[in-house]
Amino acid sequence: MALEMTTDTESAMDTTMSAPPAVSAEGETLKMRGRDVKVFYGDKQALHGVDLDVRKNQVTALIGPSGCGKSTFLRCLNRMNDTIDICRVQGDILLDNDDVYDPRIDVVELRARVGMVFQKPNPFPKSIFENVAYGPRIHGLAQGKSDLEDIVASSLQRAGLFEEVKDRLDEPGTGLSGGQQQRLCIARAIAVSPEVILMDEPCSALDPIATAKVEELMDELRQNYTIVIVTHSMQQAARVSQRTAFFHLGNLVEEGLTNDIFTNPKDQRTQDYITGRFG
Amino acid sequence: MFWTYAALLLLVFVTANVYGRFRAMQVAGHQLSALHSRPSYHGGYLAILAALPAFVLLIAWAIVEPRLLDTMVISAKAESVAGLSKAELQAFLRDARAIAFGGIVAFSDAGKEQAAEVFSSLAQTSFILKTTLIIALVAGGLWYGNRTITPTMRARHFVERTVMALLILCSAVAIFTTIGIVLSLIFESLMFFRQIPILDFVFGTHWSPQSAFEGAGAEHGEANTEIFGAIPLLVGTMLITAIAIFVAAPVGLLSAIYLSDYASTPVRAIAKPVLEILAGIPTVVYGFFAALTVAPFIRGWGESIGLSVSSESALAAGLVMGIMIIPFVSSLSDDVINAVPQSLRDGSAGLGATKSETIRRVVLPAALPGIVSALILAISRAIGETMIVVMAAGLAANITANPLEAVTTVTVQIVTLLVGDQEFDSAKTLAAFALGLLLFCITLALNIFALRVVKKYREQYD
Repeated sequence: MALEMTTDTESAMDTTMSAPPAVSAEGETLKMRGRDVKVFYGDKQALHGVDLDVRKNQVTALIGPSGCGKSTFLRCLNRMNDTIDICRVQGDILLDNDDVYDPRIDVVELRARVGMVFQKPNPFPKSIFENVAYGPRIHGLAQGKSDLEDIVASSLQRAGLFEEVKDRLDEPGTGLSGGQQQRLCIARAIAVSPEVILMDEPCSALDPIATAKVEELMDELRQNYTIVIVTHSMQQAARVSQRTAFFHLGNLVEEGLTNDIFTNPKDQRTQDYITGRFG
Repeated sequence: MFWTYAALLLLVFVTANVYGRFRAMQVAGHQLSALHSRPSYHGGYLAILAALPAFVLLIAWAIVEPRLLDTMVISAKAESVAGLSKAELQAFLRDARAIAFGGIVAFSDAGKEQAAEVFSSLAQTSFILKTTLIIALVAGGLWYGNRTITPTMRARHFVERTVMALLILCSAVAIFTTIGIVLSLIFESLMFFRQIPILDFVFGTHWSPQSAFEGAGAEHGEANTEIFGAIPLLVGTMLITAIAIFVAAPVGLLSAIYLSDYASTPVRAIAKPVLEILAGIPTVVYGFFAALTVAPFIRGWGESIGLSVSSESALAAGLVMGIMIIPFVSSLSDDVINAVPQSLRDGSAGLGATKSETIRRVVLPAALPGIVSALILAISRAIGETMIVVMAAGLAANITANPLEAVTTVTVQIVTLLVGDQEFDSAKTLAAFALGLLLFCITLALNIFALRVVKKYREQYD
């Protein structure tokens, strides 16, 4: 049985290695692809067959009124919906060429590749250092203490927090300000070297200055990571994203270049939403 | 007599309530919006004014009257009671009352007959006075209340304030009872420490109070100060508590983790109440379970591997006590583990941590202060537990760390000291109060410590 499993995994990896990465019509690499994604909470259907691609090294913004299914879609991408008992997911979600919902996929490994930053900053009640070191420790990414220290320092640097906290790495992460806490959570996500970072309204609990810092950070991070962000602020979507997807009532209404969506929407509903007529 | 009046006042209360409502509607011209307070508050206002002062008077009268009568009879019949001792005076009054109001009379004489006459005439006067006063209070209250019911009258404020006074009174009863118990413990203990030096008590290593008047001090009728050492009892208590916690901490904590993070909703809905039923089993049932089932089992098991086990052992009592406090640990730990925000679990899962890693590295450290306080509360419960140890731990005051031997605890010794005939001025009996005080101090210190830990924990998340 164990032998069979190994063979299966190897063959799965073989296909990964051999298959060329999917590309869009414009020739951009597609990091994640959702095909006919349906999500049910008990009897209630939250997503009605969504097809959405996430392009590599771009920021994709998901916008739409509350309850439209954008957070639900985001949480499908790293299977955070698994923690909700009554939630069922149908359809295919591919990370490169791996089906995320394939039973052979280890959800732990998936979440190491697709990290997540939450709406409310949620630092662990541990020191700043331990917060960032948490991921590398559980995945065994660091060889020895100095290596771990390097990972923590570089993650904090990339999250733009290092200068502010370098003298107090031993103090509790919960003692930082809201904006600093959120950047700490981003540093914590970066520390496991994910390929994709999902952000669920990462600035909704922050003041405008902290928001500006996080947005600036997203632009830098997309050099190395692929980012998907859910936001209620259309200005934020316009500022930070390259592509935007508009959700309404569990359907993907429209997806395209951010510029096109905001200046020349094809669908009336998108037009109404971005001009503030509803939502 | 008292109850008749109380029932009548209740009737007054209900009637005044109904009438107050009616009156309020009347003065408002049946326009509800014209009233400041709703009619039911006017009803309450009138009912309180009519019945409450009279009721307070009734209770005060019931408390004061007998003593007052006694004093007046004694002063009226000073010649008959002259030269009587306190106990004889009590008997005299008791007989006089019995003659006057009916009852069993020990023997009667002229003095008592005369005293009884004074009693009955005084009681007559008292009755008339009481009835007049109560009627006057009820009538006055009704008259004043009826006059003051106007549409703008703030009846709601009056009723709310009366209710608050009632609530304060009730909590004061609980607080003063606690203070009273502590004071009585302290005073009796002080009497004990007048005979036995406090240091001999707290640090003494020999406990055999049943032989209090033998040995060195016996001839002078003084208590032997060497035999009231509490150390063996404390050691026994601690040994049994340690065994109990050794059982309850892992079992309780792990089942709390299962219930809060792993169990599905239906399993949790059944398992949690079942676990809490353990807390509802009377301790005496645990006691004979320990004495009749567990202790012989341990003894048999010990003999089969060549150990000598006494038939009453610290191990048996400790094991069963551990089972008894499992629900304390699991229920309180379950609450604090559930109180750890879901966002922390999500954050950990989002980084690719497994469920057990999340629990071990994030949830438990975050819940640790609460878990510690749950354990401390369980410990103080175990220290104060009596029935199990009385039945299963034995009476031998040994200083030992061997769980297979019989030991005794503070609570067991308090029971044995106070069972049977008592004289409340001997060191032997007073020792029970000193032990009670010692126990109280230990559990109080533990509880204060636990509450502090909980408070610190709350500040972190609220």
